[in-house]
Amino acid sequence: MKKLNKLFWALAAPVAAILFTLIFVSIILLIKGANPLSTFQLIASYGSQSDNIVAELNQTVAYYLAGVAAAIGFKMLLFNIGIDGQYRLAIFIAAVVGGATHLPSYLEVPLIIFTGMVVGALWASISGYLKVKRNISEVISNIMLNTIASGLITYLLQPSRLGLKGKSSDNLSTPMIPNSGWMPTFHIFGGELYSFGIVAIIVGVLYWIVLNKSVFGFNLRATGMSFRAARASGVNAPRMVFITMAISGAIAGLTGMGELLSHTHTYSLAFPTGYALTGLALALLGRSNPIGIAVAAFFWSFLEQAAPALDLNGVPKEIVMMMQGTIILATVTAYEIVKRITRRQQQRLVGAADASRVEAGQKGDK
Amino acid sequence: MSLAIELKGIEKNYPGVVANHDVDITVEKGNIHAIIGENGAGKSTLMKILYGMVKPDSGTISIFENPVTIKSPQDAIGLGIGMVHQHFMLADNATVLENIVLGSEPMKAKVVVDYAKARAHLQEIIKTYGLEINPDDLVADLGVGFRQRVEIAKVLFRGAKILILDEPTAVLVPQEVDELFKNLKVLTANGLTIIFISHKLDEVMAIADSISVMRRGTTVAELVPGKTNKKELAEYMIGGELPAPRPATTKPRDEKVLVVKDASLNDRTGRETLHSINLEIHAGEILGLAGVEGNGQDALIEMIMGLEKPTSGSVHTVGLDTNVSSLRQIRDHGVGYIPQDRQRDGLLMAAPLWENRILGHQETKPMSNGPWIDKGAAKKDSERIIEEFDVRTPSNNVMASALSGGNQQKFIVGREMSGDPKMLIAAQPTRGVDVGAQAIIWDHIIEARLKGTGVLLVSADLDELFKLSDRIAVIFRGTIVDYLDPRSTTPEQLGLAMTGEKIA
Amino acid sequence: MSTLKGNRLWKIITSPSRMMLTVAAVIILISLVRQFTGVDDITSPGAAGATIRFTIPILMAGLGGLWAERSGVINIGLEGMMILGTWFGAWFGYLYGPWVGILAGAIGGAIAGLLHAVLTVRVGIDQAVSGLAINLLGAGTARFLSGVFFIGAGGDVNISPQVKSIGTFTVPGLSPFLTTLGQKHILVLSDISGVMAGLITKINWGSLVMILALPITAWILWKTRFGLRMRFCGENPVAAESLGVNVYRTRFIALAVSGGLAGLGGAYISIISTGNYLEGQTAGRGYIGLAAVIFGNWTPAGVLGGSVLFGLTDALRVRQSTSVHALLLVVIVLAALYGVTKVRKKDWKGFITGILIAVLVLAYYMINKTVPDEFVTFFPNLTTILVLAFLSQRLRPPAMAGAPYRKGEEG
Repeated sequence: MKKLNKLFWALAAPVAAILFTLIFVSIILLIKGANPLSTFQLIASYGSQSDNIVAELNQTVAYYLAGVAAAIGFKMLLFNIGIDGQYRLAIFIAAVVGGATHLPSYLEVPLIIFTGMVVGALWASISGYLKVKRNISEVISNIMLNTIASGLITYLLQPSRLGLKGKSSDNLSTPMIPNSGWMPTFHIFGGELYSFGIVAIIVGVLYWIVLNKSVFGFNLRATGMSFRAARASGVNAPRMVFITMAISGAIAGLTGMGELLSHTHTYSLAFPTGYALTGLALALLGRSNPIGIAVAAFFWSFLEQAAPALDLNGVPKEIVMMMQGTIILATVTAYEIVKRITRRQQQRLVGAADASRVEAGQKGDK
Repeated sequence: MSLAIELKGIEKNYPGVVANHDVDITVEKGNIHAIIGENGAGKSTLMKILYGMVKPDSGTISIFENPVTIKSPQDAIGLGIGMVHQHFMLADNATVLENIVLGSEPMKAKVVVDYAKARAHLQEIIKTYGLEINPDDLVADLGVGFRQRVEIAKVLFRGAKILILDEPTAVLVPQEVDELFKNLKVLTANGLTIIFISHKLDEVMAIADSISVMRRGTTVAELVPGKTNKKELAEYMIGGELPAPRPATTKPRDEKVLVVKDASLNDRTGRETLHSINLEIHAGEILGLAGVEGNGQDALIEMIMGLEKPTSGSVHTVGLDTNVSSLRQIRDHGVGYIPQDRQRDGLLMAAPLWENRILGHQETKPMSNGPWIDKGAAKKDSERIIEEFDVRTPSNNVMASALSGGNQQKFIVGREMSGDPKMLIAAQPTRGVDVGAQAIIWDHIIEARLKGTGVLLVSADLDELFKLSDRIAVIFRGTIVDYLDPRSTTPEQLGLAMTGEKIA
Repeated sequence: MSTLKGNRLWKIITSPSRMMLTVAAVIILISLVRQFTGVDDITSPGAAGATIRFTIPILMAGLGGLWAERSGVINIGLEGMMILGTWFGAWFGYLYGPWVGILAGAIGGAIAGLLHAVLTVRVGIDQAVSGLAINLLGAGTARFLSGVFFIGAGGDVNISPQVKSIGTFTVPGLSPFLTTLGQKHILVLSDISGVMAGLITKINWGSLVMILALPITAWILWKTRFGLRMRFCGENPVAAESLGVNVYRTRFIALAVSGGLAGLGGAYISIISTGNYLEGQTAGRGYIGLAAVIFGNWTPAGVLGGSVLFGLTDALRVRQSTSVHALLLVVIVLAALYGVTKVRKKDWKGFITGILIAVLVLAYYMINKTVPDEFVTFFPNLTTILVLAFLSQRLRPPAMAGAPYRKGEEG
């Protein structure tokens, strides 16, 4: 009975948020003169078409990793908006390294992945350092670092430096990664599913295991919950904060790997530029739970995949963006409310336990 | 002889607690009236009533010989009562003038603040009462003594004729105390009345014109300094009974769990917080540390645990040199810690109880096994603690924040005693805890002593110190001033020692 | 007598005569650089005028950030509010004229500001989350509304129809005089007149109106009762509440104004800078406004300084990148001077930092003929990070900005 109650409240917030969003969006659609029901139907059917599912799954992998990166930050009360810059810099440099080396497969692929993680971790640790040493908000420093990363990439991607000119003059990209650096794809549903998804699953499992089962994870969560209590219990709290930021950056560095290793084999400015907002939103929606984030990631990709279809049917596809923004706000608000309700519930339960023990004639209480 | 304040028969009850009962206080106009009493004697509740933050259940209040009801701080201000809180409410990044004027700004043209008028008014106050503050100073640049004067000026600015000062000297060094007293004399010379809450007897004897003593929620005496002495005051405060010292069933062992040799400590700004501390605790012994809060107890605990390294001298905790070993290593070597601020330093409020069981012990068996947490062991042992220490909770899955303070404390005590630590640091272990829980906690501390744990008991509760300690060290202004034997010391003597006086 | 040494030193550093000396020195330095490098555009009227156009949106965003943070709430949503400003400004400007557009832009931003207030002050969700979500919502809403309204009116999903221009003014007599003087390349004199000419020639009325936001903000902050109370909400809301200030209500107002200012900045971009709404025209200026707040140490004058600095580099980059390259010399001299002043205080770390920066920038200057565009683009961001990293002790953010505050709770 208690477990059911817990489950109910855990789902209540996202469900309420989604309902609210659906209603809100329906109103907007109605104003525009579109039919909400048929719109949702359209989204559902288009998204479930087999050739779109693979694209959605591939996108899910990327979103998932961004979500896990964000979730790791959340455990330490850190808002890693820097995922954008960390991911881009990581994938760029990983692509450059991959393009410049010709090792056998079992070395080349791990090298590329490892490079991405290291670059992401290093870039993130700048804001981590500033946070720990100077108490500077990681949000602000990361926003600045994102722009700097963008600028650096644009600068370095020039043919005279690290880039390559493609067929047309705007098609700048890094040198092609040799075949040994390619990851296979699975041919299902009539599409090509990136095998990097396996890595993502491993990351998700590790995330859950380390955070909940290991001493390191305990220390991490404790520091996020109470810096002082963690310190008093022997944890090097400032170092924990720094390490968490670095780990978050490392995972952020993995987000674009599927695309890079199984599809484009080179980095260009055509790569998606922003995963931070999505990652943070997914971590919020999925309550930093590895399965929750996966579900949210799929849902998110599903919506995005269906957006162009809306366009063709006279519904502004920007509605998807508004839905996303609304979901974030609705979810966070809903969680806040649920948190207060459950806390009051618990206090009532404790009060009852207190009273009942007194009645049962236990040791006197005033 | 006109009365500024007359409180008669004040009663205030909270569920389960009698905060004020039959309280009578009379204060003459122009006097400094001190209210003294131990922690929990009911002083702060009484002041909250006087300042309108709390309504009494019964009793009468007369201000300047007019019966009044005070329903809110605004009422109190309107009657001329001003409260100077113990914790200052100032914005660092604003000037003295701005801090004083906020909320009662004189206006020009409805939107603009008439700083000229405010400044003139403030200057008048400064001159009349000799407050020596500069309206244009940034509060961030001011030391504690000056900040207090700003708070005083704040209430004077709003026309206070009666000032309530809550433990004003708690944060001051001796020179600042002298300056404060000078100021208070000027205030009373100008006809203001002052209520001064304290438990520092020597200060009270020096400055007050009349004294009320409170104990267990009621006023037990009203005295005049000229006609009494500190010993008598202490007697009234504590009740004069000697708690029966426990017969010592075992003697402390030879092995030492704590050796502090001539250790001094400076804080981050370079101020010396501990001076030449010499302290030893044996296994199987309870060393009580007596002292008014703020005399260095926190710094001492941090130094012993290894959070701060001594600036000079040495500290060896359970055999480990704190200059070399980390807090983690020291704790893992067998040190339990019951922190004074349980919610901030002792618990993860947002985590369930069983996870809190792990806190502080996360890197040793049985809570962990190598790199992995042993959830089963944690749950099992938290059940044991809940049972043994009578923690009132429906399950070990409840979040720590849902428990009452007393139950949280019982859980923490239970946790810190598990594994039979070599040394236990207990800071105010029964503060805010009901009598029943207190008894349980005391029993367990005594049992730990029997088993051979060395206990550092830091407490402001004299009763507790007497009941449990084998020896009592008295800390005052960052140094140990005396060692006392509870069997041959009276509570009054201890109270005196806590004020820095050496007793014969 | 009652103040610490730091205060006295600060008074000396910021005394009026000292400040004027510093400003004069900088002017002479820039003038010398211009003469030496021959890059006359630096102090030309054209550059000055362009600087104003680039500065104002950043200034408005910065003031928006200032209002929010001073009241205790961090507003990351400035970008989204600016976007709404561009949209509402362009659309209503197209329909009813540029001035109505400006007003509409402000209102659009203010509404988003109120949303931020409801979420962070009333409901109590994390300020960063709210800000970022608003950015997302702002962008999405603008796109959506563009799709709804622009297509019929001759625009498209990401571009609106043209808005009538507001028109400019030029100070007669003085303007041509100063312009000619500026072209004579006389040391210091021409530089000053060139810049001043730029400030009074072909200035858009909109610029003039918006720039008033700066003195008004300063006046409100320092002189009015509302400003005093608002500042305390950011420094110590518990104390403010204890003295009768309604912290919730004050923050609501501050956030509405914050959004409104950001919206004004957006309206400036769409109506005055480009003449219509273009998707993405805010180009991160909401964030740069935040940078200006930090750089300006949370004061109106500082925000102006930061905005001008960022606007200047942007303007010069667009005009000719050799100007930015020339300005590197200024950086070199300033860094070297900084290092030298540290010697007197025996601050060796400071000395080495200053000299090192000077040498590195000098090496760069010699090796490269220009400063790449990309670097200039992230110059404000880099500067802010450096300021945060090295000058964090001098920074004085409102003490409780960003901290959650619930009425009735003690600290």
